[in-house]
Amino acid sequence: MTFKETPDAVPAVEMQDITLRFPGVLANDHVNFTMYPGEIHALLGENGAGKSTLMNVLTGLYKPQSGEIRIHGKKVSFNSPKDAIANGIGMVHQHFMLVENQTVTENILIGLDTPRFALNLKKYDQEVSDLADQFGIHIDPTAKIWQLSVGEQQRVEILKILYRGADILIMDEPTAVLAPQEADELIATLKGMAAQGKAIAFISHKLAEVKQVADKLTVLRRGRVTAERMDLHDFTRESLASLMVGREVIFNLHKCDQDPGREVLRLEDVSALNNKNLPALRNVDLALHEGEILGIAGVAGNGQSELVEVITGLRPCTGNIWLEGKNIANKPPAFSISQGLAHIPEDRIGVGSAPNLSLTSNIIMKRYDQEPISHNWQLDYVAADTLAGGLKDEYDIQAPSVQTQARKLSGGNLQKLILARELSSTPRLIVAMQPTRGLDVGAIESVQQLLLRQREQGCAILLVSEDLDELLALSDRIAVMYEGHVVGTICSADFDITKIGLMMTGTLPQDLPPEVPELKSPAPGSVSDFDSVLDHVKDFEQIEQASPAGQPVVIPEEEIPPSEEPSRGGSSPSAQDLNLSEKERVLRKVLGENYNKGDEA
Amino acid sequence: MKIPYPVFLKRHEDPPKWLPAVTSIGAVILAFIISGIVLAATGANPFTVYSYFFKASFGSWGAFSDVIVKATPLLLIGLGCALAFKMRLWNIGAEGQFFIGAFMASAVVMVPLVNLDTTPRWAIISLMMLLGMVGGALYGFIPGFLKAKLNINEVIITLMLNYIAVLWNNYWIFGKWSEAGFQMTKTFPRSAWLPRLADYAAEVPAFAGMTAHFGILFGLIAAVIIYQILYRSKWGYKITLIGDNPKAARYAGINIARNTILVFMVSGALAGLAGMTEVSGVVHRLQERISTSYGFSGVIVAWLAKLNPFAVIVVSVLFGALLVASREIQPSGISFLIQGITLFLVISSDVLLKYEIKWVRPAQETAQ
Amino acid sequence: MNWIEIFRSGISTGTVLLIAAIGEILTERSGIQNLGVEGMMLVGAMAGFKVAFQTGNVWLGLLAAIAAGGLLSLAHALVVIHFQADQTVSGLSLTFLGTGLALVLGDGLTGQTAPVIPSATIPLLSQIPYLGPVAFANHNLLVYLGYLLMPLTWYYINKTRPGLHLRAVGENPAAADTLGVNIYRTRYLYTFIGGCFAGLAGAAISVAIAPGWYSNLTVNGQGWIAVALVIFAHWNPWRAALGGYLFGVLRRFTLDLQGPRLLFGLANPFFFNTNLVFFLQMAPYLLTIIALIWGSSAARRKRIGSPAALGVPYQRGERGL
Repeated sequence: MTFKETPDAVPAVEMQDITLRFPGVLANDHVNFTMYPGEIHALLGENGAGKSTLMNVLTGLYKPQSGEIRIHGKKVSFNSPKDAIANGIGMVHQHFMLVENQTVTENILIGLDTPRFALNLKKYDQEVSDLADQFGIHIDPTAKIWQLSVGEQQRVEILKILYRGADILIMDEPTAVLAPQEADELIATLKGMAAQGKAIAFISHKLAEVKQVADKLTVLRRGRVTAERMDLHDFTRESLASLMVGREVIFNLHKCDQDPGREVLRLEDVSALNNKNLPALRNVDLALHEGEILGIAGVAGNGQSELVEVITGLRPCTGNIWLEGKNIANKPPAFSISQGLAHIPEDRIGVGSAPNLSLTSNIIMKRYDQEPISHNWQLDYVAADTLAGGLKDEYDIQAPSVQTQARKLSGGNLQKLILARELSSTPRLIVAMQPTRGLDVGAIESVQQLLLRQREQGCAILLVSEDLDELLALSDRIAVMYEGHVVGTICSADFDITKIGLMMTGTLPQDLPPEVPELKSPAPGSVSDFDSVLDHVKDFEQIEQASPAGQPVVIPEEEIPPSEEPSRGGSSPSAQDLNLSEKERVLRKVLGENYNKGDEA
Repeated sequence: MKIPYPVFLKRHEDPPKWLPAVTSIGAVILAFIISGIVLAATGANPFTVYSYFFKASFGSWGAFSDVIVKATPLLLIGLGCALAFKMRLWNIGAEGQFFIGAFMASAVVMVPLVNLDTTPRWAIISLMMLLGMVGGALYGFIPGFLKAKLNINEVIITLMLNYIAVLWNNYWIFGKWSEAGFQMTKTFPRSAWLPRLADYAAEVPAFAGMTAHFGILFGLIAAVIIYQILYRSKWGYKITLIGDNPKAARYAGINIARNTILVFMVSGALAGLAGMTEVSGVVHRLQERISTSYGFSGVIVAWLAKLNPFAVIVVSVLFGALLVASREIQPSGISFLIQGITLFLVISSDVLLKYEIKWVRPAQETAQ
Repeated sequence: MNWIEIFRSGISTGTVLLIAAIGEILTERSGIQNLGVEGMMLVGAMAGFKVAFQTGNVWLGLLAAIAAGGLLSLAHALVVIHFQADQTVSGLSLTFLGTGLALVLGDGLTGQTAPVIPSATIPLLSQIPYLGPVAFANHNLLVYLGYLLMPLTWYYINKTRPGLHLRAVGENPAAADTLGVNIYRTRYLYTFIGGCFAGLAGAAISVAIAPGWYSNLTVNGQGWIAVALVIFAHWNPWRAALGGYLFGVLRRFTLDLQGPRLLFGLANPFFFNTNLVFFLQMAPYLLTIIALIWGSSAARRKRIGSPAALGVPYQRGERGL
């Protein structure tokens, strides 16, 4: 790495003894964080470890209960984001903070005092494009935000900070939303900025990516620092993992071998538009069988949400969708529910639950019309409470009572509530979108176990996930989506991360390197460039040589039955060996942004 | 929640059950105090005004009977509003639905739709009720349909329809149905009158002169029915679910458009029934001023009752008293003023249901 | 029928809608919906007339109207910004409150006369054939103020720094907040400004266009029409102005329909049956409904939305933004 710390250098950021408590949560517990100009400093930790909170303290959104902050050696106290901006601190949030219908330049000018009254946009367009050139960022300053790709929007966020003269940049999981090429470009940009003397804090929970980008490292676990300002080369992936989670373990899912049964779901030539009336699904053909999990892989926004919505009746489409021999395309959701379709939605709070209603009311959402809860026009709330109470115990939903409002449940418990509702109705088909996103590791495991149990019972499951590890562990087949097409489908025997990764970037199966796995449903009309494929393959080889082998995937200790505790770095003794280490390295290189994407909430 | 004042709001984990009632009552009391200050500012003595208020509304059984007369339409309309608001549909059109209901009921007599001399009284009244409700329901259908199919703001549509309904009634009472050029219809025959307490003065002498009519019974029955719908029925569950999270309701397979239209129609039917009781039970003719903004007061009644049908009964009696008293009090806007302030205070007091308020010194502001 | 007079009077009455609608556009652009325009206009009309009547100075009346509308809107601002109450209900209660206040404080003003805003004719411009007499001759000064408001508000919203902040707060308050724009202050400010405009619009009726105080008939639903006009106008001052004038013209046109014996060579039904006038009086309200249906389907077609954060209370997340 290029950065060398000189003894007399003044730290750009010095946070000492920061403590911040939210009601019920100690988000930061005497945290120290120091960063010098010209370095990229990774802040590593699990979901909810307190990374974003610490950085929000640095950007003036939160005031810590104790501790002090020095910027370039000067003690500061921030009352609002404005103070932090004045001290040269800027943050790129995970969810972009951009005004969709304003131009790039307008977004950059928000909150500034400089154009005193009249916006002379021409002049500022020029300034923005000069600044972009200085850091090698390509952007059209006059474009409206909604016209830009996600990667371009991120560049606007960075420019917004640079324009304010920031020399301390905070990037909150910046690669989470990017395609692989965009991530590479971003990392190059960040390194360029560090070379120009900027201090960059890089929040992440992806070990591989951190090793690639950062000079120094601070690790948080449950609000405490477990490694402070360490050099990255002092660490192996295992030791990093243990600092993040507490100890290292391996995914240990029992997935029994079983042959898929008869066909449950078939999509024929299904196309649909997205909310902006642009094509989102293009001529999709898919089939799904009893006792089979079909994983849908793809970079976010390539038609996965729309696919789920057309199957569940929430979005109009063209083409046919056969569920158990009945065409459910463009039928109201009530019809497909009555045909045995269960839906675990991506947005648990906004779609999957009624936040101000009781647990009972949320449980009966799809069966208020069935005995014993329904009597003619009446609804038997006693029977409903009984049902809800039973499911609450069975699915271990932690809540004071069945009268508790859904909004008071934690993310994991809310997901259990949704699973209890959807799975207890003995569905024929489960459509699950990002079922483990944003959950803590323990909850992830139990959600995955529940899905596997349904598979054993002969249920067909369509699993959409941006977490490739999850897809590989659970799926019998994986279909890869790119720009609304299903690029190809791969059976579990032929799972190959490299190929899935290439397909996720739009490479057609027939253009893949030799030893192509069995493929179905080639996507029409998609073009790819063989040279770029070769480049990718070259990249993979370099990575293979550069990285050590044999890293385990980590989950917390309480999830591991003692008898099956695996040896460190070894393979699992379970039926299906999920030793991902080889694949994982490549995967995280190429598709790191999709690994364990989660919200720090 | 951080606010730039030395107060800190903390989300209530479990607000006590009595809190909604206390805040509502507190809001009413505070509204009277503030209105008293405004009254004092205009030169009136608020204590005289308020004691007059009380006497004019609760001073005697006769006065209370008048209160019940005023409470009847408020109760019916308040129930309709409570149902619509539960689904977060802002039916501000009760006033118009009330007028159309009154018009349709009057049509039975004025067209006439039946032979008024030979048809039995119960049949005439039943027909008037039916047509009143149908009229209100159809008038509620319009904003319901526009909301469900085109997602057009129902507040503005219902308000515009209010003005249109009043003009529509004016056309008939100034024109075709005008009684000798006066702006009203002829008095309905006795067979089209809802029975009043005074009608039974022969049996119960105390009822002499009491104008309270059968309509209040309709209101009470409607309260029970709406209660059953909201808290005991599948339809009520759907309404509540749509009101809390329409996306979740759609995901659960509930047809939001159909329920939007249905709720608007039921809400309108109740307002239409209120219009019928007013012409058949109180004024016995169709005329220009049959409503003292019942449609709007019903909105406040529903909100003050926190959408609980039984609480609507209590609140509508209270507001009935306010309307009775304000008939004889100058300046005429005082009841509007009290209603406006009350509604404002009620919605402001909702913050107390959601948050505990703590006063802190600025330095500790974020230290909670 | 005298077309010049119809258009002249349409512009004059349309000015009321224009002022109120532009105020509401500014409020809604900041993410706050204030349905209490009717109440604020009534209070403004009352305050303007009362002060003009008592002091004999119409300009003081105008100031009082602006202040009254603005003050009333602050009640709405407090309740929806800080208490996070439902904006629809709060707007409604503001209408009640405004109506009540106006009726109580305006007691005894009916039938009085007060000084009115003076009229003026613009030299040269008034000489333009047709347009001159319609738009630039013998109008009260508020009409000319209306002409200035359209371009100025458009420029302010789209081409200035405070306008940029206004749009940002209404579209994505979280983004504006992280950049140091004070969301609460911005929303208070524009709710207040919207109230001031509504108060001015009320006074434009009572001391300029239709002088006098006729209790709640003074405004008679124009506040609600102005709110509808904002949706019809897609939150654009130009379209609001156009819509306002159009409404004014049609309103006057329907009134004048009763005049002639013959209409397009046929017997005029409105002349021979005066009761049909009630249907003519329905016209503005029916038009509002039609305009809303048309405006919202056009907005859907062109994918023009309301300000994204309209009606949504802003609150910094307890954890993260």
